[in-house]
Amino acid sequence: MNAHLPVLQVILPLLGAPLCMLTRSARLNWLITIAVSWSGFVISLLLAQQVWVNGPITYNMGGWVAPWGITYHIDALNAFVLIIVTMIAALVAPYARRSIQKEIDRHRQAVFYALLLLCQAGLLGIVITGDAFNMYVFLELSSLSSYALIAMGKRRRGLTAAFQYLIMGTIGATFILIGIGLLYNLTGTLNILDLAEQLNKHHLIATGNRTLITAFAFLTVGLSLKLALFPLHLWLPNAYSYAPSVVTIFLAATATKVAVYMLLRFCFTILGHGALFQMTLGKIILLPSLCAIFIGSIVAIFQYDIKRMLAYSSIAQIGYMTLGITMATPLGLTAGILHLFNHALMKGLLFMTMGAVIYRVDSVYLSDFRGLGKRMPWTMAAFVIGGLSLMGVPLTAGFISKWYLVKSALECGWWPVAGLILIGSLLAVIYVWRVVETAYFNPDHELEQRSCEAPLSLLLPMWILVIANIYFGINSDLPLSMAARAANLLLGVGV
Amino acid sequence: MNLIGHYNYLISIFLMMVGFFVVICRGNLIKKLIGLNIFSTSVFILYITMGKVAGGTAPIVVPGPGPHIYTNPLPHVLILTAIVVGVATTAVGLALTVRIKERYGTIEEDEIRLKDESL
Repeated sequence: MNAHLPVLQVILPLLGAPLCMLTRSARLNWLITIAVSWSGFVISLLLAQQVWVNGPITYNMGGWVAPWGITYHIDALNAFVLIIVTMIAALVAPYARRSIQKEIDRHRQAVFYALLLLCQAGLLGIVITGDAFNMYVFLELSSLSSYALIAMGKRRRGLTAAFQYLIMGTIGATFILIGIGLLYNLTGTLNILDLAEQLNKHHLIATGNRTLITAFAFLTVGLSLKLALFPLHLWLPNAYSYAPSVVTIFLAATATKVAVYMLLRFCFTILGHGALFQMTLGKIILLPSLCAIFIGSIVAIFQYDIKRMLAYSSIAQIGYMTLGITMATPLGLTAGILHLFNHALMKGLLFMTMGAVIYRVDSVYLSDFRGLGKRMPWTMAAFVIGGLSLMGVPLTAGFISKWYLVKSALECGWWPVAGLILIGSLLAVIYVWRVVETAYFNPDHELEQRSCEAPLSLLLPMWILVIANIYFGINSDLPLSMAARAANLLLGVGV
Repeated sequence: MNLIGHYNYLISIFLMMVGFFVVICRGNLIKKLIGLNIFSTSVFILYITMGKVAGGTAPIVVPGPGPHIYTNPLPHVLILTAIVVGVATTAVGLALTVRIKERYGTIEEDEIRLKDESL
């Protein structure tokens, strides 16, 4: 049983999806989703524990060995990202039922759960697989289901948002496909570890082979589209603001993280431990990352749709992650990888509060937040704590990753960059404060009928995340040591 | 290698750019999807061209002496998967277009934008 954990991680949600379509009863579907997501979380913890104790796990699909067959390869980095994805999935599952009852038509709920599980299977597949082409297939699996999920939003703009995402996402995926094809053309292998070995053996990296450069140009642009790096982020605000709440929570906390993971995999594992990356691609990604932090935060300040505001803030936060990656130092990478985890915690939490507000008030415009501090005290308190974490206030998770990011920027001697990170945090104070001020200090709507606190099934996952945000802000040893180990692995230091 | 030797690559790059141009410049959602299809088809040609070995035959066992040179079949298999993905993407795209037509009454991008702004 233990030996087959890697494949179970992907196959459980993949089997759960058709099961949901067959049963058609909303309650049963919800139970299936919960069972699959929770067991997925347990599996990812077991895998992480195995990797932590015994080192990387290799699982050969169907017994075909490495360069020929598809292998699942799990090391410190994937194990960490797997935990992020399954943790959010496990928290979203209990949240989903009430939120979906409100937002999705009854006869389409079965399809919704099936798509959610498919998306989960795709994301977990990307993370766990050790085969570049397999990664592309899983990427498309998760993307296709997320297009459909986004289109399920109540408002018709969800449809155009999904279409826009479909066009941009497919272009990105096709670019990734071209990049993988060129790498295959160069080396004759698709296995990621073997790719790295072949490139090294034939001295393709050192000589600056032109096909290799082209391949990485395509891969970087394609992945930047998928992870919504600054100039390629246009699909993200629409997709996040018009999707159903559950979808926004799940995608915001996992999808872009997985794309960042792919970037790390290609640029570090294949391209050989970062020295080359720092000289070339790292320098190219640096500017968009800084723009993302600065422009994303500024645009967020001017949004009146709060879900959209949080989407722009996500773009800024993605900038922090890629910024940590561009430094390509152990500390910088640790900060970037840790921010994957912390951002999943805080954005998951913030979008969960949005879902609760939509559940009671039916709208997330700034003016609708008036008086919510009194009427939905638990939800708004959760929002405040998520906001504090987003700003990077000490004793919250967000502080830890920002602290390491600033520290590593100073270590590299990038003073202006460190300054910009702090300015980004100050901008976050402004946009979070707008909501807090409206919710707590503005007079209540007079005509508004009284809405009360969100139901317990929404509050419970939300407050688990609140506690996680605070706990990992005070005692950050666990994620920090895992991120540090992943960073060392990528840079080929120690381990 | 001369220009003729790179014929397939040139065609696939040409198709890629045509498809990309259509996706960016056309406002009609169906035309966008057609462009997207041309774009991804060009990548299929690129892959299959990569697999071709000069003078190679089909990868089957042939009676008779000597090692036979055969074309690498793996890119074909990969592209078979990519074609399936492409079909699925087109299907989702067309389904979305139908829904957009139902809700907006048009599939022209500028008209959709106008309708959204008038809300």
